[in-house]
Amino acid sequence: MILHAIFFYLFAGVCVASAVMVIAARNPVHSVLFLILAFVNAAGLFVLMGAEFLAMILIVVYVGAVAVLFLFVVMMLDVDFVELRQGFLNYLPIGAVVGAALLAELLIVVGAWAIGPGVAKAITAPIPAAGEVSNTQALGLVLYTRYVYFFEAAGVILLVAMIGAIVLTLHHKPDVKRQNIAAQLARRRSTAIEVVKVKSGQGLP
Amino acid sequence: MNAALTIPAVVPLLPELVLGLGAMALLMVGVYAGERAVRFIDGASIALLLLAGLIVLALPAGKLVTFGDSFVVDGFARFLKILAILGSAAAIAMSIDYAKHEGPQRFEHSVLVVLSTLGMLMLISAADLIALYLGLELMSLPLYVVAASQRSSLRSTEAGLKYFVLGALSSGMLLYGASLVYGFTGTVNFAGIAQSAAAAGPGLIFGLVFLFAGFCFKVSAVPFHMWTPDVYEGAPTPVTAFFAAAPKVAGMAMFVRVAVAAFPGITAQWREILVFVSIASMLLGAFAAIGQRNFKRLMAYSSIGHMGFALIGLAAGTSDGVQGVLVYMAIYLTMTLGVFAVILSMRRSEGMVESIDQLAGLARTHPTMAFFLAMLLFSMAGVPPLAGFFAKFYVFLAAIHAGLYALAVIGVLASVVGAYYYLAIVKIMYFDEPAEGFAAMPYELKVVLAVCGLFNILFFLYPGPLVGVASAAAHSLF
Repeated sequence: MILHAIFFYLFAGVCVASAVMVIAARNPVHSVLFLILAFVNAAGLFVLMGAEFLAMILIVVYVGAVAVLFLFVVMMLDVDFVELRQGFLNYLPIGAVVGAALLAELLIVVGAWAIGPGVAKAITAPIPAAGEVSNTQALGLVLYTRYVYFFEAAGVILLVAMIGAIVLTLHHKPDVKRQNIAAQLARRRSTAIEVVKVKSGQGLP
Repeated sequence: MNAALTIPAVVPLLPELVLGLGAMALLMVGVYAGERAVRFIDGASIALLLLAGLIVLALPAGKLVTFGDSFVVDGFARFLKILAILGSAAAIAMSIDYAKHEGPQRFEHSVLVVLSTLGMLMLISAADLIALYLGLELMSLPLYVVAASQRSSLRSTEAGLKYFVLGALSSGMLLYGASLVYGFTGTVNFAGIAQSAAAAGPGLIFGLVFLFAGFCFKVSAVPFHMWTPDVYEGAPTPVTAFFAAAPKVAGMAMFVRVAVAAFPGITAQWREILVFVSIASMLLGAFAAIGQRNFKRLMAYSSIGHMGFALIGLAAGTSDGVQGVLVYMAIYLTMTLGVFAVILSMRRSEGMVESIDQLAGLARTHPTMAFFLAMLLFSMAGVPPLAGFFAKFYVFLAAIHAGLYALAVIGVLASVVGAYYYLAIVKIMYFDEPAEGFAAMPYELKVVLAVCGLFNILFFLYPGPLVGVASAAAHSLF
């Protein structure tokens, strides 16, 4: 148990510290790298709670895809972050007011929070004992049966996102020269080289 | 464990399956056949939508529920699904001629409209918060893409970007509200929320407010209307016609179903929000439209106003009120499509024009078009005996029955103010010196204009069927 506590405080501490560094780092690339560190440590926390599927998904999706995408965007777009931060002090008062209002609302909401009396009846699938099935299997059992409609709907949404990205960015330019490998390979010596006899002192016609 | 492994019934989902699989098939046709297939894909998309509409009508009667109560087909869903499908099919038909003149049309346009309609149908049938959110996103994502589809036009890309950023913001608010509602009731299902709503405290009201903020954005009701004029003006005109029609129907469906099915115990709380939103939308729609010279921008403010009127019915919170909303949306759909058929035929040799001053003397150059447009504008203003009068009549009646006298009075006054700018267009068409005539109207626009115009003119002779079906649809919710 002491080991469990040590790992919890290690993961939690590094996670919070790197989250602070995400917004504090001057170099945006460093920010993204700290973001990845925060994700990995959050995944560690999930493993400690026995949610290994969520931990793996967090690594695969957020570290593997989203953070790398961020990194690409940061490196490809030349965003001047110093300039973006220039208005920080000007907007600080109004930002603080909005933040305080949101915090107060959250406190009110959390203060009034109580689990509804009908919640226990609303559980859709019995939670199996941890020893019985892994939580990957438990999720799969409901994801492809009871929640298959949501699963497929999410798939269609991703299809639309792909179509949209192609519609908005793919340009067909007819007069661009492209490499045609088949044509290159099909060239023979006879089509590429011509031997011309040139009389000395006359040059080519 | 065995209960979880049974496969849910798919019959109620049949129209959505047809649309989804059909859209993917058309996408493959388009990818392999390229630009040659654009005509075919347009036609096939309309046929696909109409087929889905027929399947909606042919589904077994009564209330069908599947997928663990998250998908419901009742009279309410059937009515609005038919409206959404008709709106989308008309929008595709109206885009055909525009594409011929304004550069090469891409086959993806029709496919995206079909996929968006699929999202609308899922949204209309959604009976829990997850299904609602997925349907909403599936409806909205294609809209962002088609708004920006004219990539060479700065206005179109600006419209798409603006719509996307604000749409993402509103989705975030809606999700935040949904998570609060889930946290306080322990369920995402509307029936379950309704059961525990009465016991839940202020946290649930917070969730409700955020949910409603997201809904107001989608139906472009004040104070979440800012995107509407810019997006309407910037997007290509057939896309604007699409925006103004079918997504509004689906958005209103989601609004009504959540308010009535998920929060029936706390009507008093959400009625206050709706009364404010409704009054603000009607007044803004009436006053802000007066100074507009661009017809598309004017239609944006007009639609904000119309959403305000439709929300009066929901604010009443009764079966009569919902019936009023349904009748209003059906008539709004015909008025909007008819007017956009005219806007899409405002074409001279040098290109499309959008200013209402270009309509000068339309009565002499194109008398039939001018007559139908005048009738549609009178209908929008709510002049009896045209259909728009009945639309307003039913929602005002429901408000008065529910004791919302102030709301009804302000509604009537706003419609009087609104009549000014509709009549101003009629005056330009009939009494100003004629401008150069427009190019001949293509036949699909003629069909849309004639059908919508005749519906609005002749509705009073035989209002029974629509009102009766809307009444049955409204009763299916209560």
